[in-house]
Amino acid sequence: MNNDAAVTLDRVSHRTDGRRAGRFKPKGRQVDPAALAEVQALLAEHPRQPDWLLEHLHRLHDRFGYLSAPHLAALAHEMGLSQAEVWEVASFYHHFTLVKEGETPPNPLVVRVCDSLSCALRGGDRLLQDLRQALGNDVRVIAAPCMGACHQAPVAAKGLEVIPQADVVSVQDVLDGALPNAYLDEVIRFDAYRAAGGYETLQALSQGSLAADTVLAELDKAALRGLGGAGFPTGRKWGLVRQQPGPRYLAVNADEGEPGTFKDRHYLSTDPHRMLEGILIATHVVGISRVYIYLRDEYPELHRLLAEELAAVRFAGLADHVEIELRRGAGAYICGEESSMIESIEGKRGLPRQRPPYVAEVGLFGRPTLVNNVETLWWVRDIVAQGADWFNDQGRPDHPGPRSYSVSGQVNRPGVVLAPAGTTVSTLIERCGGMRPGHTFKAFLPGGASGGILPAELADVPLDFGGRLQQLGCFVGSHAVVVLSDQDDMGEVARNLMRFFMHESCGQCTPCRVGTEKALHLMTAAQWDAPRLQDLCAVMADASICGLGQAAPNPILSVLRHFPDEVSGEACV
Amino acid sequence: MSKHFNIELDGREVRCEPGETLWRVARREGVEIPHLCYRDEPGYRSDGNCRACMVEIEGERVLAPSCHREAQPGMRVRTDSERADRARRSVFELLLSDQPERQDAHDPDSALWRFGATVGAQPDRFSAADRPAPDSSHPAIAVNLDACIQCGLCVRACREVQVNDVIGMAGRGADARIVFDFDDAMGESTCVGCGECVQACPTGALMPKTVLDEAQRLAVTPDRQVDSVCPYCGVGCQLTFNVRNDRIISVQGRNGPANHGRLCVKGRYGFDYIHHPQRLTTPLIRREDAPKSAALTTDPVQRLADFREATWEEALDRAAAGLLRIRERHGPNALAGFGSAKGTNEEAYLVQKLVRTGFGTNNVDHCTRLCHASSVAALLENIGSGAVTAPFAECANADAIIVIGANPTVNHPVAATFIKNAAKSGVKLYVLDPRGQALDRHATEALHFRPGSDVALLNAMIHTIIEEALYDADYVATRTEGFEQLKAGTAATGPEAMAPICGIEAPRIREVARGFARARRGIIFWGMGISQHVHGTDNARCLISLALLTGNVGKPGTGLHPLRGQNNVQGASDAGLIPMFFPDYRAVTDPQVRTEFERQWGTSLDAEQGLTVVEITEAAYEGRIKGMYVMGENPAMSDPDQHHARAALAKLDHLVVQDLFLTETAAFADVVLPASAFPEKDGTVTNTDRRVQMGRAAVPLPGDARQDWWIIQQIAKRLGLDWQYRHPRDVYAEMGQVMRSLDHIPWDRLDEESAVTYPCMAAGAQGQDVIFEYGFPTANGLGRMTPAAIVPPDERPDEAFPMVLTTGRLLEHWHTGSMTRRSQVLDRLESVAEAHLNPDDLSALGVKPGDTVQVATRRGEVSLSARSDAAVPTGMVFMPFCFTEAPANLLTNPALDPFGKIPELKFCAARVSVTAAA
Repeated sequence: MNNDAAVTLDRVSHRTDGRRAGRFKPKGRQVDPAALAEVQALLAEHPRQPDWLLEHLHRLHDRFGYLSAPHLAALAHEMGLSQAEVWEVASFYHHFTLVKEGETPPNPLVVRVCDSLSCALRGGDRLLQDLRQALGNDVRVIAAPCMGACHQAPVAAKGLEVIPQADVVSVQDVLDGALPNAYLDEVIRFDAYRAAGGYETLQALSQGSLAADTVLAELDKAALRGLGGAGFPTGRKWGLVRQQPGPRYLAVNADEGEPGTFKDRHYLSTDPHRMLEGILIATHVVGISRVYIYLRDEYPELHRLLAEELAAVRFAGLADHVEIELRRGAGAYICGEESSMIESIEGKRGLPRQRPPYVAEVGLFGRPTLVNNVETLWWVRDIVAQGADWFNDQGRPDHPGPRSYSVSGQVNRPGVVLAPAGTTVSTLIERCGGMRPGHTFKAFLPGGASGGILPAELADVPLDFGGRLQQLGCFVGSHAVVVLSDQDDMGEVARNLMRFFMHESCGQCTPCRVGTEKALHLMTAAQWDAPRLQDLCAVMADASICGLGQAAPNPILSVLRHFPDEVSGEACV
Repeated sequence: MSKHFNIELDGREVRCEPGETLWRVARREGVEIPHLCYRDEPGYRSDGNCRACMVEIEGERVLAPSCHREAQPGMRVRTDSERADRARRSVFELLLSDQPERQDAHDPDSALWRFGATVGAQPDRFSAADRPAPDSSHPAIAVNLDACIQCGLCVRACREVQVNDVIGMAGRGADARIVFDFDDAMGESTCVGCGECVQACPTGALMPKTVLDEAQRLAVTPDRQVDSVCPYCGVGCQLTFNVRNDRIISVQGRNGPANHGRLCVKGRYGFDYIHHPQRLTTPLIRREDAPKSAALTTDPVQRLADFREATWEEALDRAAAGLLRIRERHGPNALAGFGSAKGTNEEAYLVQKLVRTGFGTNNVDHCTRLCHASSVAALLENIGSGAVTAPFAECANADAIIVIGANPTVNHPVAATFIKNAAKSGVKLYVLDPRGQALDRHATEALHFRPGSDVALLNAMIHTIIEEALYDADYVATRTEGFEQLKAGTAATGPEAMAPICGIEAPRIREVARGFARARRGIIFWGMGISQHVHGTDNARCLISLALLTGNVGKPGTGLHPLRGQNNVQGASDAGLIPMFFPDYRAVTDPQVRTEFERQWGTSLDAEQGLTVVEITEAAYEGRIKGMYVMGENPAMSDPDQHHARAALAKLDHLVVQDLFLTETAAFADVVLPASAFPEKDGTVTNTDRRVQMGRAAVPLPGDARQDWWIIQQIAKRLGLDWQYRHPRDVYAEMGQVMRSLDHIPWDRLDEESAVTYPCMAAGAQGQDVIFEYGFPTANGLGRMTPAAIVPPDERPDEAFPMVLTTGRLLEHWHTGSMTRRSQVLDRLESVAEAHLNPDDLSALGVKPGDTVQVATRRGEVSLSARSDAAVPTGMVFMPFCFTEAPANLLTNPALDPFGKIPELKFCAARVSVTAAA
């Protein structure tokens, strides 16, 4: 090392006649008055509080097709935020395109092609290549993670509007003006829902003929658990939040993003009021003053639907006691993690928080917060109206209650299967019309990308929280079951999942941010370096902040355990 | 009140405090758990993201970050389990795999490499990712993000500690990266160069450029470190000079009571002026063939054109002989001396003692006259004390803060960080200033009132508070006098009447008045925007009334705090470096006081108040003052109406200047004495909070430069005084005998503790931060509320001069620039004199940023580049006064406030016109 100070002193010495460049403006980027006027016009009377940042970014992106540096600087100024605070949020979410001064704005017409597992199994990669070739430079064709339409694989999206069973022709049709999908064709709207007895339970509660304690007791008795994937008993959660000092908030997790999961989309696009009534019941029982529905950006038709139906609910005077805001995600799987979702609702990057404290105590804006998944809330009305026994009896022995399995992959009729808790994958395959012609059942994912992979020999394992599945190092999570066949390469399946985790890691903690990347690199070798991977898996599982990083090793561990031959470097089919 | 409890740590029972993290418990027990994203320093919260400090807690599914997890009763924790060890090692292996190899590391001694070795990490266990390119765009800071581990400490440093809000963590996952603003180069960003991020970075990704070699590797390490105080502003940040081969190589913040480890760009990167080649190292005597004239401009490089080098003997003899000659021929009052608020307390004391006992006059002053003289006048008049009533950190305990006529993010950057911290934590912040500023973004309300309408605005607020009965009636009744006069004096100044004068709608004035009055605890900060007006004393009177009316003096979270400018302006004033007071503000006109000092100093003393800075200049111009001794001041740049001031200096028969450089003032000298820079001397300084702090010599004097106290003593001896000080501590000891304010703060205690606040009531006791809990040091113990009438600025815009010229500082440049413009980093950051104008005014002039404009007033004109600055209101031009090539004070108005004798540097009529395109 050169420790001769003389070297430095030359660098320290200076000349007052040295390089003299004027600034001619204050430091950094200045706000452009024209951009500011545009931003002010667009924001109109909407609040300027920091938690609206994501909403305002959407507003700008929807209007201009991208986020330009002048607009972002103006937005920062208008909202009283620093430029860094705006940039770090805008650059965190994948649905925003950022364009700095001097850069050419990209083509606003985007076709996204799903590259997550269920679509990859059905030719998603090929579709991406074909579309790139067919559409040329007229359209920006990009890969994107799971769009929650795995039963219609492979899917693409014009912008964010999903095109089911996509091929070059159907995509071209949609680009030419055809309707992309028919998701809302059978939706039960407010009037129909109400006519069929909807909101009567709520009104009984709000008018006092039904006591909050009764509702809570019934929920406690019912085996309703967090159906976003964590499986926490819902009644207990409500009780916990209810004990906290007010004001208390409710954040509804409609950020369904676990690859292979599409049940929330199903319930919202068919019977959304059942969830809205669940929300309103919760506000009465738990004493909630504000509700935020955080809906993933990938479900634009549901955003429009919920906005309309919420208006109807408000107009009917059913929500006078509470503020309900509908918020849009912006392309970030991690925001399905409850504390990341809370950060995102607050207008920040979706980084999971450290626990403790738990969000039930310190959640949204520092207040006690009830976080429930869409489907969880969807069942509440019926449990209250028909009783816990009605609900519990829909299960199997030792597995009370019904479950909504999103089944995709190599089966004949993928879709949402309502079945008793603890149903086995064999039954689910049967319910889905069996394996596709020419495919032999080989393995399955019991709980989306995170829940591990099991071989066909374990097809009799009940798919429920805890139990034998947990002993096998797997979990059922959001009940997304992806069925694999003899034609699927397990190494590639694991790499697909790891690519997803790497893409979706928030980047906050070392084991997940660096670990997913290093893992993927090791997994590209023909022969996996098991000791190294084991170490990596251990640190990811033990030391990651949230479930994403903790579960990310599951595909590696599953493959090493159940399909070691496929990654041993020996040639395999 | 805390309830201790026990946990089990690595098998041992350990006592814990509630809220203590496992990391801290372990450290107390002698276990240093590796840590990267956690910084165990004030202001830094733990974030728990790097996962280097994981421990195993019995019964928990996963490991826990010890830096973040609080101990709970009965917890059983293992820091040394195989599982925790393995996780920590893997974390380092993951991070190190993406780093340059250790021998090429930017900082091979960084926490990352040190702890990596401790845990036995194998740095190349995993494949390396792509490495980002270096960013060398900032003059002071090397950004090498290939060493970055995304721990976010720099983000917390920038956002939560200093609240400069430049650094963010952009992107996601493996793409997560540190960005400045919108992923801009650091040097192009809004970065203010405070270097907090550099101090916090655990990897060497952010480093001072001065310690790196061309390959961006650490090449210069200190051979010693010296704890001292920052030589710039009145905040008084404690720092450590890193020294190698007797040169300062870098500076780091120290956890002092004022700064909590924080520094600003000047304190951190502005140290190299002391090593500048233009530094004076030999005494100089004016050449016979180099006569003085008002137009004198001496090139500091070509100094031998006007001066010849001399021995100390000859120079001191010549310096003293000239003063003696004038004293004998024209009497003591033909002499005057300027001391400096940049020197130590001891030097200030010696200068005033020299002038009073050696020259025989009270014509002694310093730049406080240009700074807070009016504030001090109002404070002495109404609450009997000229110092702050509470330290700036009390803003954390306040419910509302007023910042008026001050731009602390520029002039008191570290104090500003505490104001921003308070605002972020929910304290209401009201910023009242004609110009916009960085604090506005954090403000509950920012009122950009018309320049010069301070009294109108403040009277409107006082009116509102009285009218709406929002004042603290109990406090007013028991602690104050003058309420009825104040009420009468502001009866006609309601917000509706004042709105047209100050340009702020009445409801907004009322809102701010209510917000401040309703706060349980309120604190008021002000700066030169209040004091540098012909109505400066009136402005300060209004602020004092506002505080007294709302009961906001003498309690935690309340107070009156004029943000003092120079590092030792408080101490220099305390030491008597002002013409009307002996040390501790004891009036020279009081016979009893005078007798006391005559006995102490063994000589008779002048019974009349002396002249102030601007009056001395005037007297010199008129020939009444013929000889001057100027230590460390630069009136040729800092006085208003410089043509006049320089003409006055040129007229002097004899001028002795003692300074580091051949300043604009020294150019007029007959004798120039090369002096000591702050990092070269021992001595105490007193910050804006009344904290007396110890400065320590870090490096030796260059060449034949001498300690200032020694030079002063040599002149004193030649004037017949028998001074025998051997070290500043001897001077300080004598000060302790005549200054009650220094009671219980002996030199040795200061050396030990580095800082003690006065007043201090007992040996070993803590000094009092918040004063006047029970009464004021006035005759009757009451604070007085003195109404102020609305006096317009002395020179208002008219057809010929339609704009308002206001002056001030830039973040990077200190006062007249003699130090900072000779600091490489600071001068690189702001190298060009620019007139700051509103973009609309620029458009109206047809001028682009960077074009040359001429700014003219009745006193002269200056050409300089135009800067487009939306923070400047239309109709105003702002000029920094640090640029010798475009001196703002050539243009300023010397009209004085009648009480504080401070010139109206913040307001005069001006005209801006186009000269030539750049």
